Amino acid sequence: MLAIRNLSIAFPGPDGPVRVVDDVSVEVGRGESLGIVGESGSGKSMLSLATIGLLPKSARTSGEILLESKDIPGKDILVRNILAMGEHELCGLRGRRIGMIFQEPMTALNPAMTAGQQIAEGIRLHRRIGRAEARAEALRLLDRVRIPDPSRRIDSYPHEMSGGQRQRVGIAIALALKPDLLIADEPTTALDVTVQKEILDILDELVADLGLSLILISHDLGVIARSTDRTLVMCRGRAVEAGPTETVLRHPTAQYTRDLIAALPRRARAGLGDQPRLAAGGTR
Amino acid sequence: MTGPLLSIETLTRDYALRGKGGATRTLRAVDGVSLAVEPGSVFAVVGESGCGKSTLARIVMALDRPTSGTVRLGGDDLFALGPKALARKRRDFQMVFQDPYGSLNPRHSVGRIVAEPLHLLDDAPRGRERRALVARALEDVGLPGSAAERYPHEFSGGQRQRIAIARALITNPKLVVADEAVSALDLSIQAQILRLILSLRDRHGLTVLFITHNIGVVDEIADRVGVMQAGRLVETGPVREVLDHPREDYTRTLLAAEPTLAVLGQRKRRA
Repeated sequence: MLAIRNLSIAFPGPDGPVRVVDDVSVEVGRGESLGIVGESGSGKSMLSLATIGLLPKSARTSGEILLESKDIPGKDILVRNILAMGEHELCGLRGRRIGMIFQEPMTALNPAMTAGQQIAEGIRLHRRIGRAEARAEALRLLDRVRIPDPSRRIDSYPHEMSGGQRQRVGIAIALALKPDLLIADEPTTALDVTVQKEILDILDELVADLGLSLILISHDLGVIARSTDRTLVMCRGRAVEAGPTETVLRHPTAQYTRDLIAALPRRARAGLGDQPRLAAGGTR
Repeated sequence: MTGPLLSIETLTRDYALRGKGGATRTLRAVDGVSLAVEPGSVFAVVGESGCGKSTLARIVMALDRPTSGTVRLGGDDLFALGPKALARKRRDFQMVFQDPYGSLNPRHSVGRIVAEPLHLLDDAPRGRERRALVARALEDVGLPGSAAERYPHEFSGGQRQRIAIARALITNPKLVVADEAVSALDLSIQAQILRLILSLRDRHGLTVLFITHNIGVVDEIADRVGVMQAGRLVETGPVREVLDHPREDYTRTLLAAEPTLAVLGQRKRRA
């Protein structure tokens, strides 16, 4: 449903343009979850921002990001290039077609609005429905992301919630307009492991139950392993390897992927066979 | 040397929280924690946010005072020392922080940053001797001695963390407290810094109190581990014993929540 073809993104620098994404192609099928893994500066976040049309204005792009329109029986499938869309079209795309979940739920939420208000805001912006109806919808969404005691939490402000609860609200906002694609950029990096598990469980469930497609961006191969069907490994803006997640992680072909796996703590590598603990090696 | 280098006994730290209308209630951040760290070993304290592990680190660094309990370093009760004696004692314990971008002064040269704790010494070397000492400290952590002339912004996150470690080691401390010292680093860099810490332990007999939320890191680096939850150490022991045969439910929960590659292939393919 989403096809990125030969995408390059560059920013003007003092010594000419700096390419942060370099000729990357990847596809996401309906109901499929794609993991994008890479270290800082790999271009994985820029790729996701391009997909939702949120690149900084100074960015220069080439290639295509093609999105299928919703299936309408009897009609040909329409394919649109997101990179060629104007701001007005992009506004329709964001939320309604593609929902975005950010890393830091504290800064991604508006501190001056209650959970219910922020979820309802998007709904009422895109659909002509009344306040009460939007609130009922917000309540359903909070329940969907398994917020404990949603009828009380709907009137809570972000600072009154834990990090995990805030991220659930973030997911509810992303779901509010029933998008067909969710992009989650390091959604659990700021959270404790036990909370991370709950959030990933919710994302898995949404993909399975609602048939959503998911792009999950993470530096954590353990997260990628548990929650994605296919994986794209990025390094310095380039796609170094892509394929079914299990194949990429069990039988990596690129040296960079092998290095990433080797750098994992031993416990996280477990399952690939017995692994030695780090040797107190040289200082380099 | 016999006996533990660091010994903490029934340490408690209460904070008064002012609520609405002047009412106060008490938050017990650290609750009756006891632990002992043998010289030349790495003791990891692992726990989730809000468990009190950073408060514990701050008290061991004498940056905060306990409500009750004692912290002994090399036999001296840190909070029974007078201000002068405590200041002198500080050369024996140094800290490495989480954020290698925030913990180095961007206006100071790396040489000045690394040499900073030398003011804790009575007979700190000056001039050429001091520069040689700084260069040796930088080389010890895998950086060229010439890095001293440069500024923090010229270095990557991993290199900055090496600079922070060189600074922590310049007074030849007995104990280094590392609070989430590898949490902000990319995996490949994280593995390098862990190797460096282990090598410093082996070469110099360094003792480390390693505060982290990451069980995988504990498994790689710790000799002993304490699992902290809601201010208490719920389980303490040799790292193999605690991670391979956890006795407490909370330890098991933490271990189970960590995502690992063991789940590969278990994911159900949807139609």
